[in-house]
Amino acid sequence: MNRTPVKEQGRGKERRRSTAKKLKPGTATGNVFGSTNSSQPQFHPCLLLDMCHYFKQPLCPCLSSEQESSEDGDKEGEGEDEEVEEEEEEVEKEVRPETLTPEELEKLKEAVDDKKKLIQALRGKPWPMKKKHSTLRESQEFLEKYEGALGKGKGRKLYAYKVMMNKKWMKFKRDFENFTTACIPWEMKIKEIESHFGSSVASYFIFLRWMYGINMILFDNIGTVPRAEETNAMDFAVLWDFGGYAQYSVLFYGYYNSQRAIGWLKFRMPLSYFLVGVGTVAYSYMVVIRKMARNANETGGGDENSFNFSWKTFTSWDYLIGNPETADNKFASITTSFKEAILEEQESRKDDNIHLTRFLRVLANFLVLCCLAGSGYLIYFVVRRSQKFALEGFENHTWWERNEVNMVMSLLGMFCPMLFDVISALENYHPRVALQWQLGRIFALFLGNLYTFIIALMDEINLKRKEEDVVQFNMTMWEASLHNNTADNSTAPPLFTHPADVPRGPCWETMVGQEFVRLIISDTMTTYITLLIGDFLRAVLVRFLNYCWCWDLEAGFPSYSEFDVSGNVLGLIFNQGMIWMGAFYAPCLPALNVLRLHVSMYLQCWAVMCCNVPQERVFKASGSNNFYMAMLLVILFLSTLPAIYTIVTIPPSFDCGPFSGKARMFDVIQETLESDFPAWISKVFSYAANPGLVLPFMLLMVLAIYYLQSTSKSYKEANVELKKKLQMVN
Amino acid sequence: MGNKQTIFSAQQLDAYQSYVPFQRLFSRYRDLAPQLVPLDYTHQPDVKLPYELIGSMPELKDNPFRQRIAEVFSEDGEGNMTLDDFLDMFSVLSEMAPRDLKAYYAFKIYDFNNDDFICKLDLVKTLNKLTRNELTEDEVRMVCEKVMDEADMDNDGRLSLEDFQHVIVRAPEFLRYRHTPQ
Repeated sequence: MNRTPVKEQGRGKERRRSTAKKLKPGTATGNVFGSTNSSQPQFHPCLLLDMCHYFKQPLCPCLSSEQESSEDGDKEGEGEDEEVEEEEEEVEKEVRPETLTPEELEKLKEAVDDKKKLIQALRGKPWPMKKKHSTLRESQEFLEKYEGALGKGKGRKLYAYKVMMNKKWMKFKRDFENFTTACIPWEMKIKEIESHFGSSVASYFIFLRWMYGINMILFDNIGTVPRAEETNAMDFAVLWDFGGYAQYSVLFYGYYNSQRAIGWLKFRMPLSYFLVGVGTVAYSYMVVIRKMARNANETGGGDENSFNFSWKTFTSWDYLIGNPETADNKFASITTSFKEAILEEQESRKDDNIHLTRFLRVLANFLVLCCLAGSGYLIYFVVRRSQKFALEGFENHTWWERNEVNMVMSLLGMFCPMLFDVISALENYHPRVALQWQLGRIFALFLGNLYTFIIALMDEINLKRKEEDVVQFNMTMWEASLHNNTADNSTAPPLFTHPADVPRGPCWETMVGQEFVRLIISDTMTTYITLLIGDFLRAVLVRFLNYCWCWDLEAGFPSYSEFDVSGNVLGLIFNQGMIWMGAFYAPCLPALNVLRLHVSMYLQCWAVMCCNVPQERVFKASGSNNFYMAMLLVILFLSTLPAIYTIVTIPPSFDCGPFSGKARMFDVIQETLESDFPAWISKVFSYAANPGLVLPFMLLMVLAIYYLQSTSKSYKEANVELKKKLQMVN
Repeated sequence: MGNKQTIFSAQQLDAYQSYVPFQRLFSRYRDLAPQLVPLDYTHQPDVKLPYELIGSMPELKDNPFRQRIAEVFSEDGEGNMTLDDFLDMFSVLSEMAPRDLKAYYAFKIYDFNNDDFICKLDLVKTLNKLTRNELTEDEVRMVCEKVMDEADMDNDGRLSLEDFQHVIVRAPEFLRYRHTPQ
């Protein structure tokens, strides 16, 4: 049993100092066994009491006597945690050291030490006040009589000072921690949601907040590409189509011209654009992988389940709560936490008919595959039709037909997950596992959507390039005609053509960027509208129609909706994937996303608290976080693929964007190496790119990965063994 | 603090002030029932504040265990507290009290029938107070069984003080895990 040494627990001066504060919101709260650091506010001073008035009071009366007992009295004062108000008028028998034999001196010393220890320990004894008083009084009398004889040590003042500084430092650290917790954005909101809805719903919002952070940083990154000129005026009405001036604005790829060096900085625009793109992707990978590693560490380490229920029962109430609302939240969260633990326990106890379960699961998977195939075919069909429409020219068709692809994709995204949900009722998995299956299936659905979208895009790119060739041809004709006209006056000043007159080629990169932005905006709109209709309207209807309806709307169909964790998480992940895909062509995308996430956070927090009810079966989300991260990583990889493909294979437009005029976009790196760096670097790079060097290097990496994996496996096993040993010892 | 003339003998003050910031607590005690509590304590008046007043203090009002706390610390076991009991209670509940002391008193608080053991019935009552009766009977039964399994070392079907302390000593001091309830 670890008995914390009582001398650190508030002796005299230190206790005075440390408790001389009023707690502010966000400070330490505690269960009956000690403090915890949570960011829950609500507290008031009574339990931590203001004791600074003590400092003004005189110390033990022994001090006033002029012997060495003045210092002893000091130590006594600390040991006893007190000040005595009045002077005691006791006649002290002056026991001089010289009158005692060494043995007696020793014995006396021991007795004095014992008494001192008793006084120090008195605080921790579970005796009623009266008993404590009498013991204290006896010990004090004893000490007063005899300690003067022994002339105890110096330096107690220094010790007291040190302990006081220590207490101050602890207080400072605690305040600082509370401050940093209070600074985390939306922490209060998320905690409130967690207490009512459980950790799985809260994990969605934590994930949302993390994405927001990533997008902020991406946005900052891209913002560093300097803008040499002001953006052109943006006509908002035209903004929806992103045509008009916006097309040439900073938001899109086409704006950045291909000048090699801008201004006095000789800033390499094309190179920087390219590198920023690469850097963004690299940063994203790094962040996701680091988060996964950290999650893995955490879950590996903190797996203390031995006294789960006991701790929940005995230590979960927070004894420093003094506010009814907080108490309500606390009750809700305790109940939720119990329900989660109960569910875990029940699931681990279930045993049922294996064969039936297996058959049902196979059946369910088969149904899901049918759904996916069906939706894939539908999308393919719709895309073919829209290509046909494009050839015929868009003006001949209705709005629906023009936006058919987007609409179909959104509708599929809305209804298929519900279908999957129903099918998964067959499977009878633990809710957390069921969530993962659900996520996986919706993932497959969205993948199909996304790749169809990309194929459609590729077709359009090819179209644009054909157009480009035509325009280029026309332009050469036009220039030739100009020169013919001025061939006569060779001494005439060079011809200035107004920039707007120069026919500009179609810029396929900007078109791609526009498509992405349009897709993201329509996706956002769909999400918000679904939220409003599906959740809010439904809640309103159930609430108010209930008064005049034949059956109980709240208990039966349709009742209030539950928060759909899987759907929302996937929406978030796919949204991010699209951002990554399009960020190269439309640098404004991360900014748009930051805005969108900000709005989403507030809207969804409000919607959850107002229109949703907690799930029937509340489960702990602990394992899911790495699952979300893994999906994010896969999406990141999949979304960088198309961008890389286009960079590597398709030649850039001839007159727009930082890479115009080159054969391939990455030629810019080659050029930089050749012209700006000394010759030996390009030699080094050419050696490094040699396949003879690259292949062995890759082989080396594979071997390293294999080795690290096997060591980590052996560490995990050792870990489990040690834990078992620990439990047996205890 | 300072505007009322409280009268205590030197010895009384000296004795109390080791454990609690006395003046502050005395004024809280007195504020609960000014007409009952005299200012002059030199003659050890026998004054007890009834449980209803104690239970209405802001620190205890929202605590589901306030009745048990009052009962444990009161002399008569009914929740009616003298000044001594009152001071005792706050000294144990304060942050400064050592952990073992708190564990000892917590055991007493959770022991509803005062038989020095926490039996199943005590656990059921604890749980119901903690969740405000939100759990079903089955769930409550299940949790109590689990707690007994986990904590009962000597297998006598109830928790003794040693069992209890054994569990509490290992409890995380700072609940720093991500999804901790507030």
